Amino acid sequence: MKNDLLFDFTVDKSTKTVLITREFDAELSLVWDAFTRPELLDQWVAPEPYKAKTKYMNFEVGGKRFYAMVSPEGKESWAIQEYTSITPKTNFKMYNAFADADENPELPGSEWDHNFSGQNGTTKVSISIYNESLERLEKLEQGFKIGMSMTLDNLDKLLETLSQK
Amino acid sequence: MRRDVFQAIADPTRRAIITLIALHAMTPNALAEHFDITRQAVSKHIRILSECQIVKQEQAGREIYYQLDINKIEEIDQWVEQLRKIWETRFNQLDKLLSTIKNKKNEK
Repeated sequence: MKNDLLFDFTVDKSTKTVLITREFDAELSLVWDAFTRPELLDQWVAPEPYKAKTKYMNFEVGGKRFYAMVSPEGKESWAIQEYTSITPKTNFKMYNAFADADENPELPGSEWDHNFSGQNGTTKVSISIYNESLERLEKLEQGFKIGMSMTLDNLDKLLETLSQK
Repeated sequence: MRRDVFQAIADPTRRAIITLIALHAMTPNALAEHFDITRQAVSKHIRILSECQIVKQEQAGREIYYQLDINKIEEIDQWVEQLRKIWETRFNQLDKLLSTIKNKKNEK
């Protein structure tokens, strides 16, 4: 694995957006598939020791993905995503919300925008997560506040950690 | 009773609670629904988090919302690390998956 792959994680207060950028050592089409095909998504999207389980996924504009994060004890936390825009191998947007097991969303959710660009076998993915509710953003900021300064202060350390894995 | 802040993050359930309320403030019921343990057990974890001064309560109408105490954030870089680690872990898992798929393709 390359050691110089970018990873950036920031919060932009003025635009109420969390920004995450990451490079991957793989061709664009493969990375696109990993973000848009349920059998691949389920293999990486849940941070260990959680597992992801997609009940269904229709990757088309207006289509939805209904999935759960499953804890080691088997507890399921459901979320529902609706695709609002798709430009193959370039961009897709979705609306994400926590949900109960019967697909009832807990609103408000958040708007996710994914941008993909490939160059020389490396693919850069930029994700922005926009929270429409100002109140919700305030809560979110409390969580992400330090993340921004850490990005600047600890970028070297972070890259080192990443490359060790 | 005051507790050491590290006690807050020593337990996986409490880390999960912190991660959830970092995303948005939650009512006790909404929070409990994310866990398979009893509400009493969730309450106990919240009490410990309150004693660590990480979680504070806010009354909004009839509902109580738990939220992170912003003043305590500096002491808990560790949990921010935890939150960032979710994305790190996720992406590292994706790295592995991409590499596995690429290798399979090369073998063919």
